Amino acid sequence: MDKIKVKICCGTSCFVMGASQIQVLEFEPPADIKDKIEIEESRCLNYCHNTAAKYNHGPFVEVNGELIEEANFEKVVNKIREIINGTIK
Amino acid sequence: MLTPKNNANQMRTRILVKIVEKFLQNRFAEADRIPLELRPKGEPFNRCCIYKDRAILKYRCMAGMGFAPEDETDELTTLKEYGQMAMERKSHADNKLSVITDACSACVKSRYMVTDACRGCFAQPCQVNCPKQAISIIGGRSHIDETKCIACGRCQDVCPYHAVIRIPIPCEEACPVGAISKDEHGKEHIDPDKCIFCGKCLHSCPFGAVVEMSQIVNVLKLLHDSDKKVVAMLAPAVIGQFPGTINQLISALKKIGFSDVVEVAVGADITTQNEAAEFIEKMASGEKMMTTSCCPAYYKAAEVHIPEIKQFVSHTQPPMYYTAELLKKEHPDCIAVFVGPCLAKRIEAERNPNVDYVLTFEEIGAMLVAGGVQVMECEPEDFTQISCAQGRRFPVSGGVAGAVASLVEGKAEYKPTAINGLSKANIKLLQQYATKGCDFNMIEVMTCEGGCVAGPGCIALAKKAAIMVENYVKNAPDLKEKA
Repeated sequence: MDKIKVKICCGTSCFVMGASQIQVLEFEPPADIKDKIEIEESRCLNYCHNTAAKYNHGPFVEVNGELIEEANFEKVVNKIREIINGTIK
Repeated sequence: MLTPKNNANQMRTRILVKIVEKFLQNRFAEADRIPLELRPKGEPFNRCCIYKDRAILKYRCMAGMGFAPEDETDELTTLKEYGQMAMERKSHADNKLSVITDACSACVKSRYMVTDACRGCFAQPCQVNCPKQAISIIGGRSHIDETKCIACGRCQDVCPYHAVIRIPIPCEEACPVGAISKDEHGKEHIDPDKCIFCGKCLHSCPFGAVVEMSQIVNVLKLLHDSDKKVVAMLAPAVIGQFPGTINQLISALKKIGFSDVVEVAVGADITTQNEAAEFIEKMASGEKMMTTSCCPAYYKAAEVHIPEIKQFVSHTQPPMYYTAELLKKEHPDCIAVFVGPCLAKRIEAERNPNVDYVLTFEEIGAMLVAGGVQVMECEPEDFTQISCAQGRRFPVSGGVAGAVASLVEGKAEYKPTAINGLSKANIKLLQQYATKGCDFNMIEVMTCEGGCVAGPGCIALAKKAAIMVENYVKNAPDLKEKA
């Protein structure tokens, strides 16, 4: 199975709003997903410019291309587990 | 800080971003929209209704503009008016932490409670072990008589079903010095004489009821509406607090209006030299121990709450002092803004005429967000003065003691220990060290667990920041070779 790509937006807005807290995935990932993810810290993905309510929907994270708004550690891990469970079956 | 990002502290960042945004747009003419924009109609709310959410947001905005919620004289004063008052103000707000009374949930007094998990067992260890006979069996289940309970926790320890829980008051629990307590209505208040500005209550309150007075408007005004040269002094804990590199951050800060950026780690090198010299001298003159002095929350705690230890606190000045001194020598007319992880630095700045304002990383982050500056895309620039490994390691627990050790080497017996986080228990430990003596002669004290990288004004995850600080240390010259 290909690794799940986790792209964390590290534009200034996402970083300040909490993307930095999601980076824990890099060095302390939960055991069950540890070997199944590939993490990329990205430049601003520009999502913050496209929302009507500016800054209110970050931090943004893409998991295998799927966008998570107002992302936090839990949300991202849950999405990863969903994908793992869906593909293994 | 060690608390993960949650709704309460994420909202604080958003409020700061909004304040900067409204300043930049039209100098607060539309500041009254902030609560509406943060809690728009039709979207979920967290308190009893959207209107209470907005009312509390208004108080939190007031604090962001530097006005204490309890100083409100007329409830109809608008945020636009507060914004204008903040713009006209000559000095910054009085430094203090406050509780927004209407946001404080007046948590019930800390107590033990028996939950549904109680099976009403035959052994009844809770009842047998209770020293005050406070537990009786009512309806087949244990029940604690609150009038008798002394909150010792024995029942919780012995229950085989983990049926007994302890309900704490988060802010009182977090405060290491007992500075926050309830009034007759159960609402919390902070005693400014006891408060050491550690910020632990601010981060622990699940209702976001604790606020501190920001100086962000004072600095914004200087950056945008004056010709003054405003210089940012970046605390050593800055490494890893923003995206991109530290060198990119220099030009990012210039984009939001700072004329120059210097590293406080340079001052930390001087602190290291002076503190090492002081230590060697003190040991030679037969003193039994010395503690560090660069953590301003500990410094005040020693003064107010641990008088026993006061005589042992180092007289060496903290890194901010030397950095500001160097800066003002070179540019006497500049405005010196300390940028760091720390709220207590604001009280340290009060006794230092060379430091004009103190901002947190979070506040600078808000300025960068509202200013639309992408740090990762900025051109890297160099600092004029390069800091050494010793000064760069100050923001992690053990860093200060380690830096001093490298210069003491061989010149005195050095037995260091680090108080990593000023908790109630560690305050007792320090009292013991002072009165009964200990096996150490150098005691480093950091109020935040993990060091300054875990300070209340931090943005990044403390663990990751600590790793990045260590990497930054690796690339630095050694102070021993420089001296």
